[in-house]
Amino acid sequence: MQATSPAIPASTHHPAHHPETGFWRTYIFSTDHKVIGIQYGITALCFLFFGFLLMLMMRWQIAHPGEPVPIVGPLLAAVLGDVAARGVMSPDLYNSFGAMHGTIMVFLGVVPLAVGAYGNYLVPLQIGANDMAFPRLNMMSYQLYFLGGIVMLTSFFIPGGAAQAGWTSYSPLATAIPTDGQTFWLIGMVFLITSSLLGSVNLITTIIQLRAPGLTWMRLPFFVWAQFTASFLLLLAFPPLETAGILQLMDKLAGTSFFLPTGLAIGGKLADISGGGSPLLWQHLFWFLAHPEVYVLILPAMGIIGEIIANNTRKPLWGYKSLVFSVLMIGFISFLVWAHHMYLTGMGTRISAFFQTTTMIISIPSVIILTALLISLWGGSIRFNTPMLFALAFLPMFGIGGLTGLPLGFSASDIHLHDTYYVIGHFHYVVAPGTIFALFAGIYYWFPKITGRRMNEYWGKVHFWGSLLFMNLIFMPMFVQGLAGMLRRMSDGGLQYSAAKVPGVAGALSGPILGLNNFILWAAAGLAIAQIPFIINFFWSIAKGQPVRSDNPWEATTLEWQTPTPPPHGNFLKPPQVYRGPYEYSLPGYDKDYVPQNQPPG
Amino acid sequence: MDIPYTVQPRPDTGVYNAKVGMWLFLASEVMLFGGLFSAYILLRVAAPEGTWPHGWLSIPLGTLNTLILALSAVTVLLAWAACKARMFDRYKFFQGITLLLGVIFLGIKGYEYHDKLTHYTVVLKDGRIADGHWVSATPSEVVLKGEFVAERSELADRRGRAKAHEEIRLARDQVQKMQVYGPAYNTYLALYFTMTGLHGLHVLGGLVVFAFLWGPGSRLWKTDPDRFTNRVEVAGLFWHFVDLVWIFLFPVLYLT
Repeated sequence: MQATSPAIPASTHHPAHHPETGFWRTYIFSTDHKVIGIQYGITALCFLFFGFLLMLMMRWQIAHPGEPVPIVGPLLAAVLGDVAARGVMSPDLYNSFGAMHGTIMVFLGVVPLAVGAYGNYLVPLQIGANDMAFPRLNMMSYQLYFLGGIVMLTSFFIPGGAAQAGWTSYSPLATAIPTDGQTFWLIGMVFLITSSLLGSVNLITTIIQLRAPGLTWMRLPFFVWAQFTASFLLLLAFPPLETAGILQLMDKLAGTSFFLPTGLAIGGKLADISGGGSPLLWQHLFWFLAHPEVYVLILPAMGIIGEIIANNTRKPLWGYKSLVFSVLMIGFISFLVWAHHMYLTGMGTRISAFFQTTTMIISIPSVIILTALLISLWGGSIRFNTPMLFALAFLPMFGIGGLTGLPLGFSASDIHLHDTYYVIGHFHYVVAPGTIFALFAGIYYWFPKITGRRMNEYWGKVHFWGSLLFMNLIFMPMFVQGLAGMLRRMSDGGLQYSAAKVPGVAGALSGPILGLNNFILWAAAGLAIAQIPFIINFFWSIAKGQPVRSDNPWEATTLEWQTPTPPPHGNFLKPPQVYRGPYEYSLPGYDKDYVPQNQPPG
Repeated sequence: MDIPYTVQPRPDTGVYNAKVGMWLFLASEVMLFGGLFSAYILLRVAAPEGTWPHGWLSIPLGTLNTLILALSAVTVLLAWAACKARMFDRYKFFQGITLLLGVIFLGIKGYEYHDKLTHYTVVLKDGRIADGHWVSATPSEVVLKGEFVAERSELADRRGRAKAHEEIRLARDQVQKMQVYGPAYNTYLALYFTMTGLHGLHVLGGLVVFAFLWGPGSRLWKTDPDRFTNRVEVAGLFWHFVDLVWIFLFPVLYLT
């Protein structure tokens, strides 16, 4: 089955014919890992877009505090009522949007896209399996994710609106806010966490058990290793947050005081609680998840980049083994760094020395990965197609994100930078032009396998250059603002600390620093416009894109390209047998410059 | 389309899929309860001297429940062994006993909950504190069976104290604050209800699965006994984990 079968509707003519199922079983309640992957992908893209819109409205409020939001202002006022009277975003609404932007982007957007969609669709294909190990559990994971998303979205419309205490939901603030938004957030999170747990159990079992004959561990594509490690992080780091969520839910509903200290006063009055709880306990449990979580965001992205770079440089990844061991090392150490988010809690120099050390250590494997990917370019005959452009941009963008993290890992410099826009700039460089670029790269790269058609190259490149430009225009000024001391989470964008409001005060924010808010707003608007070519290209290409002439349009080596296009239920026409490593490009002595993993020797 | 290794173990890993899945799930469960036990340690260490309750739970009942779960761990193993030996009736018998033991465990737990949720501390306007079990109440009066104490701290350590049975009549207009021994009472009870509650949900989940494998699910025995045996084994793994959690819960909540 060598990459020749025509790429037209597969379900009609392949030999492994299956009984026809109805619309509902095929598209909605499907147990096919590919359909579930696509469900994850589309849902997650919608959430990413929604989270981005929330941020656009917030950027308006930051740049023009107290002015009605243009275009959507009347809609906000009509739908949300008092919190958006006259279309002006109230501080409460700003806080809601801020908390939900973070939550949606992390838990409903990037993770479901990177692990749910890519993991589900590609891992079974890349390991030569016909499905996930537990197909029905897989369906349930998606449904729980969907339900969690519904709960989160519903919370916007309840009295008092959605959660307001940030995506980190620190107690006692999260518990003390008298609205029900936080309760919805917690219930939504329990759904999302359960979904992630079932999904990761499924993915790990699949990788351990369903590898094709001959596909030994060291022949696994780098992407599979990245997914494997990310799934372990989800499996082991999420449960403590589930614990924390349950405890906070008890605080909220059953009147317990797990995170509420003795003598807590709310609104100047002593709260009627038993007390004895610990706000720090929440922070520990939260960050015990949330630091590994950022590696859940970045590892699958690195995996995608590795695949695309190997394919488009037409040579093996440089240092495959160091890449694999670095990914595993990141996985282990990511459980030992969480308290570097908590230097400001006064943890003492000894404990902070420990976490500073582990934080510096974890940057080593990250740098190894980035370096190996960079060296992989050396001497390659690079094809500059859209996926490769995104992959190449990922390297410096993630590099900036990573390097700006170092001053945050040292407690001395963190004390100045903590909770400023510098932090926002840092982690957005990792996640937005980092991870999201990788996810875009992956969409352009695997689109021909999923649909049988290519996305338009020209508009892909327009999308790429626009996104690259505006991403940097948005996030680079944030470093400047942060270094000048501008705090995050302020609904007036720092106006009350400006030199205009408090003249003569040392450290007050200067006019140019505040002016950057307006600059960022228009850069964000530009980023929104830069996504239009992508959205149109995406839908247009599904129906009208250039059909691929072979099952393996990029001439790749890994197993997902050795299937019919799109892969039918059950994936492979006959069970694949693997004979070689994942990146055998430009091997001397072959007539083609790539040798698929399932090509017998000789 | 058949997924491989659903019944027979994969030669190089030596296990079948569901077993890997269950071990992974249990790893996440360890982290879930690990988070809870960490919370317990942190909150207990931070509690001011002399305020942490001792002797609030019935050690005989706790011991009984421990023995019941330990016994059920044996019967669930015997049920699996009976499947392996292809003795279906024996399986039915032992799995039935497991179910029964699980139900008894929950029954005793429910009785203990009931005991706590009918227990009150009443602070009176004159500063006295009454503590006891609810007997009856009218619009003007609350009747408890218990005792008066001068200070709350007297209530903390109840080890070796005889139960007070005097009937206390409290006029409602004298009551300043009436607190039930629920999760909101103090950190200890909050932990007790949350930890045993979550554990109880796990027991319940295990029982639902056992009931299925004992009842309608056992039809699989006729068509695919190997697969059925695997299900019994995997459910048993989960049950052992639930038992193990209790082995930790019992000392930290009842004995120390």
